[in-house]
Amino acid sequence: MLGGAEGPAVAAAMDLLVRYGEALDCERLCAVRNVAGTMTQPSPAKARLVREGGWAKAFAVINLDCDDDIEIPDMRVPTCQLQHGFGADAAGAIPYSRELIQLQGDAEAFYGRRGVSILATCTPYQVGNIPVRGEHIAWMESSAVVYANSVLGARTNCEGTASAGAASLTGRIPCWGNHLDSGRAGTHLIDVRVPVADFLEWGMLGYFAGGVVGEQRPVITGDIGQPDLVELKHFGAAAATSGGVELYHIPGITPEAPTPGAAFWPAAAPEAIVYGQDERRAVYADLNSQGEREDVDFVLLGCPHASVDQIRRAARALDGRHLSPSTELWLMVPRALKDVADRSGYTDVIQRAGGKVLGDSCPAMSRVAPEGTRVFATDSAKQAHYLPAILGIEAWFGTLEECVDAAVTGRWRGGLR
Amino acid sequence: MTEKIVLRGRTVVPGVAEGPALVSHETISGWGGIDPARGTIIEPRHELFGQCFTGKILVFPGAKGSSGWSGFFQTTRLMGTAPIGMIFMVISTKAALGAVVTRVPAVTALDEDPCAVIRTGDWVRIDAGNGLVEVTPAAARPVPSGVPLPRQEGS
Repeated sequence: MLGGAEGPAVAAAMDLLVRYGEALDCERLCAVRNVAGTMTQPSPAKARLVREGGWAKAFAVINLDCDDDIEIPDMRVPTCQLQHGFGADAAGAIPYSRELIQLQGDAEAFYGRRGVSILATCTPYQVGNIPVRGEHIAWMESSAVVYANSVLGARTNCEGTASAGAASLTGRIPCWGNHLDSGRAGTHLIDVRVPVADFLEWGMLGYFAGGVVGEQRPVITGDIGQPDLVELKHFGAAAATSGGVELYHIPGITPEAPTPGAAFWPAAAPEAIVYGQDERRAVYADLNSQGEREDVDFVLLGCPHASVDQIRRAARALDGRHLSPSTELWLMVPRALKDVADRSGYTDVIQRAGGKVLGDSCPAMSRVAPEGTRVFATDSAKQAHYLPAILGIEAWFGTLEECVDAAVTGRWRGGLR
Repeated sequence: MTEKIVLRGRTVVPGVAEGPALVSHETISGWGGIDPARGTIIEPRHELFGQCFTGKILVFPGAKGSSGWSGFFQTTRLMGTAPIGMIFMVISTKAALGAVVTRVPAVTALDEDPCAVIRTGDWVRIDAGNGLVEVTPAAARPVPSGVPLPRQEGS
């Protein structure tokens, strides 16, 4: 492939993988047949490249780190587009430019023809892309990477735009880090001493774990309830935000750690780090440290993209109520699940209350919020962390019910119970 | 006073670069942590909040956060706001790929902690192909951030 026998794009992809492998001090590539990357997300830099040389140019520079004018062939292995910008249904509904919607629409046509499935979500595992245990994959999106590694037992590093692009044309990725047995053992033991059994608590525990371990691999034991997909989605996203967690183990729950001993094998378990009431309060205070004004302009739900059950819960909380005239509520969902929500009537209930159900993107990806937003509230630790930086707004973090209350009253009245 | 300090590490991206250091003791987020249009750190609680890394040698412990890390640093190259070199202690896919697509000399795994040895404003020369970092301490520490150097815009 490197020599050009399979065309210049594949050669450029392999060249990038070799440079990347050298940067990692890794000598071997492994075969992958499942790539989740980003090609269609609009940006000013991409728009310029498209003007200069079309989508092939944009793919070469951004997805292959190659300056040559090359044709882009079909994807060699199954490849999907993660979350990106907003789609056509957002036009006029939110302050997002029609030029970006058009640019993304053009991109979808270009890449779709080459075999990129436009899943348009940060949670491909919610819409049918569910790698199996032990499968080597090449995924981007830190919250999806940590879910695939930890909950599904698949093997992926946190890839980037260019490495995922190169993997899509070669079916190869450096065999490093999480791809190796030696890169998957736990490094830190976290002993949970307060009950963790709902969405808010799992998110706070994740934010704590990431802060403690950084890029390493926490093992969670103690007073935890049986988590579901939604809680682990929040936990992993939070741990990948405050730190760079790509893999964790919960003995008895996640597949590679039947016991605490197995989670650290072949090493012995280290001394435990306690997550107790003091630590929990500190995490809550940290996540709410960027909120001062109690007037809430904007409520954001669905990060990572909501499950059908989360959409249903939001609809139930909003049923028969109406948003404050000064507040907007957006719920971010995978487009495929929006179809389910529409058919189930959930979308209608949320819209009757004045809320918006939006696919494809989120305020952080698209750098957009309702006009004039100064203060927002969310049930997502990840958004509470990032949006103040990305949009320069204040943040409140709490439960779904507190967020809906803020949307209805226009006031933040949340607090740790 | 101005005696040079030499650190030895491993090549991430080969090449030679020379310029003033911008040192972070905290890990850096790419997506949601920097503004590629201005080449600045935008994470409000970060020690380098508001500081510009354009034309500087960025010295940091490692990358954190989103998988958009490399893409955001690649965008700094495309927009002409990139750092001219990277020195980091902990290798990760984010930092490795980020350095590759930013196309700047980079070294890692140094024999001393670069974030402790190097200070913002020190003059640093990276000979990344040989894993060498040469630090000329600024006469008076700390010095204010310098004016960003002019830089040719990438393709």
